[in-house]
Amino acid sequence: MAPPSIETQGLTKRFGRFTALQDLSLKIEGTKCVGFLGPNGAGKTTTLKLLADMIFPTRGACWINGISVQEHRRGALTDAGVLIESPEIYPSLTPNEALEMVADLRGVPPADRRDRIRTVLGEVKMDDWANQKVGRFSKGMKQRINIAAALVHDPDVLILDEPSTGLDPRGMAEVRAIVRDLKKSRRLIFMSSHILSEVVDVCDEVALIDKGKLLFHDTLDNVTRRFAEGHGSVDVTLARPLDGGDGRAKLAALPGVSDVTDLDPKRWRLKFTGGVDGQERLLEALVALRIGVVSVAESESALEEVYLSQISRGD
Amino acid sequence: MAAATTDPPALPATRLRPPASLEQATHLARYQLREYLRSLRFLVMVGIVLAIGAILTTLVAHFRGSLATSPIAFYGSFWGGGANGVIVLSAVIFGGDAIAGEFQNKTGYFLMGLPLRRSTVYVGKFVAAFLAATAMMLLFLAILVGNGAYYFHGGLFPWQLGVAIVLAFAYLGAVLGATFLFSSLFKTSVYGFVLTLVMFLIGFTILQDLIVGLVKIQPWMIISYASSTIGSVFSPPVNWGLAATVTQERAFMGGPVVGTTYVPGIAEGLVIMLVYLVVTAIAGLWLFEREEFT
Repeated sequence: MAPPSIETQGLTKRFGRFTALQDLSLKIEGTKCVGFLGPNGAGKTTTLKLLADMIFPTRGACWINGISVQEHRRGALTDAGVLIESPEIYPSLTPNEALEMVADLRGVPPADRRDRIRTVLGEVKMDDWANQKVGRFSKGMKQRINIAAALVHDPDVLILDEPSTGLDPRGMAEVRAIVRDLKKSRRLIFMSSHILSEVVDVCDEVALIDKGKLLFHDTLDNVTRRFAEGHGSVDVTLARPLDGGDGRAKLAALPGVSDVTDLDPKRWRLKFTGGVDGQERLLEALVALRIGVVSVAESESALEEVYLSQISRGD
Repeated sequence: MAAATTDPPALPATRLRPPASLEQATHLARYQLREYLRSLRFLVMVGIVLAIGAILTTLVAHFRGSLATSPIAFYGSFWGGGANGVIVLSAVIFGGDAIAGEFQNKTGYFLMGLPLRRSTVYVGKFVAAFLAATAMMLLFLAILVGNGAYYFHGGLFPWQLGVAIVLAFAYLGAVLGATFLFSSLFKTSVYGFVLTLVMFLIGFTILQDLIVGLVKIQPWMIISYASSTIGSVFSPPVNWGLAATVTQERAFMGGPVVGTTYVPGIAEGLVIMLVYLVVTAIAGLWLFEREEFT
């Protein structure tokens, strides 16, 4: 049986008297995207740095593809692509050269090298910049090259530390789109983030960490269901604006609806009770209203509510 | 539960395997050297070597009667006078931030995600810095040989020059070893630069004088003492073995003062420099292996 792609056992890291990570045990298997969620200072980057052997555990250990990171860093990182804390590339190198260096160091056969580099530069949409010096690039462009560097050997495991942090909205959207594309290939993506919408957008599972402790790890659906305690939330988009007072009353009268929020005249957020059955009844009633429903999506606020409730519980 | 085995499980045959550590170090040195050759610091260092060469050329031209009387006198004053400075400045410029810069500039975060041993990074960067500094020494040597050809109508290189060049390379290794060690002590580049400059331009010389003057023993443990062989090899008779002790009586403040001068032998100087290289390289690597990318 194949070992878990990522596993940590009792992983603990202290910096002097400060405990950054406490007894983290986590097992991640399969090909999916797992969001590692938590507020700033929760221990996300510490965990990922331990997985990349950039820092050393005070106690515990971690494995990538069953290989101990602490005992065999070369073996453990062989089939992993790692991007931690927006690294800098030697500024006089071009993306082609930087990726050639990575390919050389990773042992990509010379015959495949050019194709692999062209492919990953295409994936991060930097092929037009392949021969410009990295030192002149914006932060977002450098980050895309960093993602390409993590992909050049086509790894099974991809470890990304807040890949869109520090970028402008366009850069964030681009990086998010890249990660979403990466999900199409069969690999495990373990991505830390403190941006809930990003996790909802691209991840299948979520692990929530706070103050160095893992609070839970489950699929997004299970998390929202488990912590919502029978409550759900959907965002409804309409083809035409709904009249404010009358519209609100109509929506509030639907079965199981406990709260109505107008996001804008064409978008409404409905909170409801009754779990999946309640959601089914609500959708049927919504369509029957004939108010021009064009889409109904599970609200991002569901995870936000779980996040806030769990984080504040830890305070 | 994953087993904490000593041997890593075998990777599937289809997966890529990283090359051997030595090959990785060679790759890393190649790209790091490319970075050096394209950098402003390389141009600055070329300018410094040309300036040192120009100053020495002017001095020899001006004091031709005393400095260019023979090939030995010429090469002794030129190589003995300039090589030391070229070596120390090259080591500081190419090695001063080699390790600290990986933390400060975050380039280390790019490398540390790769399946590399830390020792591979250390060795690769050391080799690149050594080669960049070697380029500077060769430039200085070219200026020297050009002057020599002019004054002595081509040819006639004394064998002492060959020995002095070997000693200079050993000294470069020792200085770079120490520079990398100092650079490993800090996560801020400027501290490594300053400490190396201070130690090699004045620090070791002061220590050497203190040891000779106060403790009155041969300062064999000081690198600047060993490096004096680069110049002393041009002064006959050449001492190939251990230190020669010269005791002199001088008049000082109305009375005779007996002073002792130690002149290192060639073999002794070479061994001291190589020991410096090995010890500082091991110590620097030991520090780097334990440094965390926090």
